[in-house]
Amino acid sequence: MNALTTRGVTLSYGHRPVLDAVDLDVRRREVLALVGPNGAGKSTLLAVLAGDVVPDEGVVELDGRPLREWRLRTMARRRAVLTQEHRISFPFPAADVVRMGRAPWRGLPEEDEDDRVVAEAMATTDVGRLAHQPFSLLSGGEKGRTSFARVLAQRTGILLLDEPTAALDIGHQEAVLARARAEAAGGAAVVVVLHDLSLAAAWSDRVALLHHGRVTAEGTPAAVFTAPLLSLVYDHPIDVLTHPATGELLVLPDRRTPLSREETA
Amino acid sequence: MTAVLPAVAVAPAVPVTDGRRRRRIALLYAGLVLGLVATTLVAGGSGQLQIPLDEILGSIAHRVGLDVGPMPTHPRGEYTLWNVRFSRIAMAVVVGASLAVAGAAMQGVFGNPLAEPSVVGISSGAAVAAGAAIVFGLRFAGDWSIPVCAFLGGLVTTLLVYALSRSDGRTEVVTLVLTGIAVNAVSSALLALLMFLGDTQARESIVFWQLGSLNGSRWSYVLVVAPLAAVGIAVALACARSLDLLALGERSARHLGVNVEALRIILIVVVALLTAAAVSFCGIVAFVGLVVPHLVRMVTGPGHRTLLIASALAGALVLICADTVARTAVAYTDLPLGMLTSLVGGPFFFWLLRRTRRTAGGWA
Repeated sequence: MNALTTRGVTLSYGHRPVLDAVDLDVRRREVLALVGPNGAGKSTLLAVLAGDVVPDEGVVELDGRPLREWRLRTMARRRAVLTQEHRISFPFPAADVVRMGRAPWRGLPEEDEDDRVVAEAMATTDVGRLAHQPFSLLSGGEKGRTSFARVLAQRTGILLLDEPTAALDIGHQEAVLARARAEAAGGAAVVVVLHDLSLAAAWSDRVALLHHGRVTAEGTPAAVFTAPLLSLVYDHPIDVLTHPATGELLVLPDRRTPLSREETA
Repeated sequence: MTAVLPAVAVAPAVPVTDGRRRRRIALLYAGLVLGLVATTLVAGGSGQLQIPLDEILGSIAHRVGLDVGPMPTHPRGEYTLWNVRFSRIAMAVVVGASLAVAGAAMQGVFGNPLAEPSVVGISSGAAVAAGAAIVFGLRFAGDWSIPVCAFLGGLVTTLLVYALSRSDGRTEVVTLVLTGIAVNAVSSALLALLMFLGDTQARESIVFWQLGSLNGSRWSYVLVVAPLAAVGIAVALACARSLDLLALGERSARHLGVNVEALRIILIVVVALLTAAAVSFCGIVAFVGLVVPHLVRMVTGPGHRTLLIASALAGALVLICADTVARTAVAYTDLPLGMLTSLVGGPFFFWLLRRTRRTAGGWA
């Protein structure tokens, strides 16, 4: 059974269509990357998967049951969500923020593992030394990593990550995606919204390319990331190369062409 | 789920349970309880009729059935102690705890450390409804009529402020303060109208409200508002963990299993209930809900369980002290309590506003 399934999900904000008949399968043991230009509907699709936004039409199922049939607390033990914004109203220390990820497990046997899980999550995201600092005073990248630690501490089999690498340095980008990969290897279903296509190519099993609210292409990175398709979707000339030593896909803008967007605009 | 560690350096395990913080919180609780006992004894003894400490202790001992210690020597000592002072102190405890918890709960729901019942006009909204009950002689529920009206007035005002001041799941400082100005303006106009309509006696009661005072607190009044306060505080405490999660924002709180819509409605009712408990017989005592939770947060950190308990204790303590000052500072005069708290709270609010502006990098 799929971890998450959408069928015919359609959504508009006012007269602006945001998602148009999206069919998507999120499978276990797999990292699925949602990519696409700004405003293509990636974050909205993630919000629909998380149950934050109810689509105008179509169904979203979590473990085979429609989202609206789930209780919020039970759902919180099945899936965790990393949002793009990391804001907090009161100066909770970073360790307390990570511990908030354990809230859905209160009163259950898993609660006994809280300390160990929190410490482990903080260690993998390299935020151990920030434990006592107020979350609100951390840098953007530190906030992102602390929030990722909170999501890991939730110990769910489904992870929905909205730009987890935003504001992270290259080392922490790799570490975060490696951890997402490891979760998938351990049986989790991971959905990750990414802007960096080379990162998506390196760390995902499957990519879904969104364009104008539709899934334009879906498949392995090698199948989806072709120069003509990406150039069309991103409205910018794009090259797809193979790394000479590792054989990885490298997606780069083609800067030789004089027609940049500024000039055509 | 297996925890496969990727190739990152694993930092040494974090000391997640913070022993020092726990000790500090335990010390704070102990200090506040001791403070409450001490101020109760001091406040019980001071006033126009001075009662020495040993006589107070003796009187308490006799009430609980222990035949030790001296009784108050003054002929009216025993009566004054139990029917004037202690009832007033009990009222101060109820009102102080209610206001402080209402403030802390409101700050949690609004996600804004400047939210407070009197700042945003909930206290005056409740006072308008209570004033209407007096002027129009509403006695539909006996002694409970005024508290019921105050609760409904507070509830309507809280809902109004909430609907007006929020956008995208949070309340910006500017919007909150401006909403407060608007709501307070309308409330003052309505109170003025009520004074215009009412007779001399009703007018006096309304003026007394606006000033706020614990003068004339009787046990029967305490028995009316204490259950309201107890229910409100208990429900707020039950929501403490959800309030912590709400600090992450509505979306993240929901992802962690919090039913944000239900939580909001419950806490709005709680804030109205607690404000009503405070306002019904004592009028508008401003800024307690702002100053007390803020000071407590400095000691305990922002966790709501500790914050709410400590705020209730500290609010009670602050109000006993303030009320004792109000009735003893000038001989034979009972200064308005609301005036005193505003004198201290107003500048504090300003300081907090400046600080929030600085840390938030603007008025947002």
